[in-house]
Amino acid sequence: MARITIDPFTRIEGHLRIEVEVEGGRVKDAWTSGTLFRGFEIILRGRDPRDAWHLTQRICGVCPTSHGHTSSMSMDDAFKVRPPDNGRIIRNIVEGCQFVHSHILWFYHLNALDYVDVTSALKAQPKDPSLRKVQHKLKAFVESGQLGPFANAYWGHPAYKLPPDINLLAVAHYLEALDMQAKASHLSALFGGKMPMTMTSPPGGVTHVPTVDDMSNYLFRIKELQDWIDNVFIPDVLAIAPYYLDYAGVGRGHGNFLAWGVFEDASFDPKKRLLPRGAIFAEDFPAVHDAKPDDVTEHTSRSWYKGAKPLNPVVGETDPEYTAYDPEKKYTWAKAPRLKDRPMEVGALARMLVAYASGQPVAKKLIDSTLSVIGHPGKPQVLLGVVGRIAARALECKMIADSMYQWGIEIIENVKNGNTDVYTPYEIPDSATGIGLWEAPRGALGHWIDVEGKKIKNYQCVVPTTWNVGPRDDNGIRGPIEEALVGTRVVDPEKPLEVLRVVHSFDPCLACTVHVIHPESNRIMEFKVC
Amino acid sequence: MGHKITEVSKQFLEAFEFQGIRRRDFLKFCGATAALLGLPDIYIPKIAAAIESASKRHPVVWLNFASDSGCTEALIKATYPNTAEIILDILSLDYNETIMAAAGKQAEEILEGSRKKGGYILVVEGGVPTKKGHGMIAGKEMLDILKDFSSPAIAILAVGSCATFGGVPAAKPNPSQIIGVSEALEVFKINKPVINLDLCPVNPEYLVAVVVNYLLLGKLPELDSSGRPKMFYSQTIHERCERRAHFDAGRFVESFGSREEALGYCLYKMGCKGPMTYSACPTVQYNDRVSWCIKAGAPCIGCAEHDWPDKFAGFYERLPDVKIPGIAGVETTADKIGAAAAVATAAGIAAHAIATLASGRTKAEKEGGDK
Repeated sequence: MARITIDPFTRIEGHLRIEVEVEGGRVKDAWTSGTLFRGFEIILRGRDPRDAWHLTQRICGVCPTSHGHTSSMSMDDAFKVRPPDNGRIIRNIVEGCQFVHSHILWFYHLNALDYVDVTSALKAQPKDPSLRKVQHKLKAFVESGQLGPFANAYWGHPAYKLPPDINLLAVAHYLEALDMQAKASHLSALFGGKMPMTMTSPPGGVTHVPTVDDMSNYLFRIKELQDWIDNVFIPDVLAIAPYYLDYAGVGRGHGNFLAWGVFEDASFDPKKRLLPRGAIFAEDFPAVHDAKPDDVTEHTSRSWYKGAKPLNPVVGETDPEYTAYDPEKKYTWAKAPRLKDRPMEVGALARMLVAYASGQPVAKKLIDSTLSVIGHPGKPQVLLGVVGRIAARALECKMIADSMYQWGIEIIENVKNGNTDVYTPYEIPDSATGIGLWEAPRGALGHWIDVEGKKIKNYQCVVPTTWNVGPRDDNGIRGPIEEALVGTRVVDPEKPLEVLRVVHSFDPCLACTVHVIHPESNRIMEFKVC
Repeated sequence: MGHKITEVSKQFLEAFEFQGIRRRDFLKFCGATAALLGLPDIYIPKIAAAIESASKRHPVVWLNFASDSGCTEALIKATYPNTAEIILDILSLDYNETIMAAAGKQAEEILEGSRKKGGYILVVEGGVPTKKGHGMIAGKEMLDILKDFSSPAIAILAVGSCATFGGVPAAKPNPSQIIGVSEALEVFKINKPVINLDLCPVNPEYLVAVVVNYLLLGKLPELDSSGRPKMFYSQTIHERCERRAHFDAGRFVESFGSREEALGYCLYKMGCKGPMTYSACPTVQYNDRVSWCIKAGAPCIGCAEHDWPDKFAGFYERLPDVKIPGIAGVETTADKIGAAAAVATAAGIAAHAIATLASGRTKAEKEGGDK
């Protein structure tokens, strides 16, 4: 029996420690630990609520837009204001840009190096001149002896299965994708001012009426991304998948899925969002259950907080208290959120499965055709696990990019018909509460706001990676990533590549994870301008 | 013989084509950098030569502490040079946890190797928690890691507001007692200049320009009293703002998404912190220079200033005591001048409306088709 610790766990956002116990070449048990604490909710208390949508974007530099939107939605709810149609659509567009950026970045730059052996690409014999150029460049890079971010990895590990030609193709697309993820962000900036940290979605809608230039620029750029996703991203996933079919079923986990839903429909009904709201529990897949914020509790018995029983975020109370890293007791800054007392996986796979089971036609068509291609027609259950998480992100990326083009057309139609409203004014009420439930690329995201005396009395976030990377709960049930790791084969404990694959498939984002809810003092802190 | 020449020519052409494609973008980058550094065009080939003639790419160690990785995200969205050029051609990004292939023990080996060799440019993203256990990597306190890695560095860049003074997570009441890099070095009594690139997140063009400036001239840029390079932080956003003419004329936006916003009026009344915020945002802009905050109709929230966000808490509250030029040369307030300029404003709307989407709205309003 051997204990393997991976810290720093790289190619993710933030600070994660993974510990696994290996017996007979397989993971027998696992512990996930978030190792940074910042305490955003404490900082938010006493401030002007309208500042929250800017400040909460700083929870995560990878998915700031989702935090900003969720925050503004919690205030839309609290202030009883609804964005006009254009405001709704532009928020969807800016959110979509971030999803597309994030999924491209995740697939090529965070995840792919677990499957693509960069050194093997040197052995390829490409006929295509552009691939020869890439190989030439790669060779010069390797010969320089300065391997930069590619140094000291698990190259040559037996779990790398791709032939040299496909490795080279993937390296070429790794470089190309660096440009494409940047281009998706440039698109965010077109409406959002800049990315990361968009500036234009306060409560009530958006700040800016798009110009003719903005719209033509947008349509041109989103077309380029759509083409690239259809002709490079999706084909790459399908080219790599056949070599890793033995990974179907690996990293399966609890099989419970939660999506709050994302991309608002004109009806503002969360079940009609492009990716709708719902929960799936393993025992009765594919039935979709209602997902309600009242059913959320957070457990803290294994996390570095004082506190006793599991509580709903509305009444939660937590006090940070670092003790020591001890897997037998407390071992993380992350809490353990549960829905109806069950650990829930969140993210693209959860969203796509909920959409599929809800009969969302585009998701259904994409998933059904993919299942046919990989030889499992009509069996979405094969998607539970590492391979499914990869496929779901790629398919979702396509689905969102295609919708984004359509949303652009809708804006143009509205404006043509004389509707340029993007923002609804409001008054901040003296006291109010609101909830924003939305999705970041990494999964279900919720913000709860409580306003008193026109200031924030209490602010709480339950964020995607907390659902996935949370520790054991009060009943000793493992968190989703911990559970997914159990049973994973590890060929070489010195180079636990297989562990990386399972954890990366969740696309963890630790900055999002670590928060605190601290409502026992009702003191309102004053902050002056200047 | 003939065959041999053909073969050689082919190889040459191939190499030339390969270099040529890169070269255009590369020179574009050198040109953009020269402009940022305030150097005349004659410096463009010198910048190119300085980078190309380097026998090895300069090593960079990028440490990520109490941050949200927004500055890493900002860097990888850079355009001239793009990320591939930065990591393959210009720098040797030896350690950055967000993108490096190695993990765990193997990542630690790289970091330790860098420390022993020294001479790297140390880039720090994120502030440094001083409360025990609040920020750990591989079982070590972030504060101790910074201490170990600052002395062997040849230069230290603190990128983004968190690294310069703590940023948003250090806002009151600063739950993890986070401090900036300069302050941490003072605690350790390590006397080493830190270049502060305030902004949330850092503008990647600032970062690249500072590094190139260093590689080119072998010295660090001149800094202001907050440790920020004067070349980017010597003028307020207000001074260079594309909406400035409207401020001077007393034309203000009163509501988001309004006709006045579409016409590009000044955002001062919406809470803009541009008059008190020093940064070259209006000229450098963001994301392939497609836009920036104020262009997108959003008031500046002042993120380039030390002690942000507390310094400017209440982002949508109007800055007090900003003197604006009155119509008869008398300094007055935005409200007074706004009223006085109302007639001129109406004329301005008529003139500009045709060129903007607001024309559709104006027409609809007349026909009663819009509220």
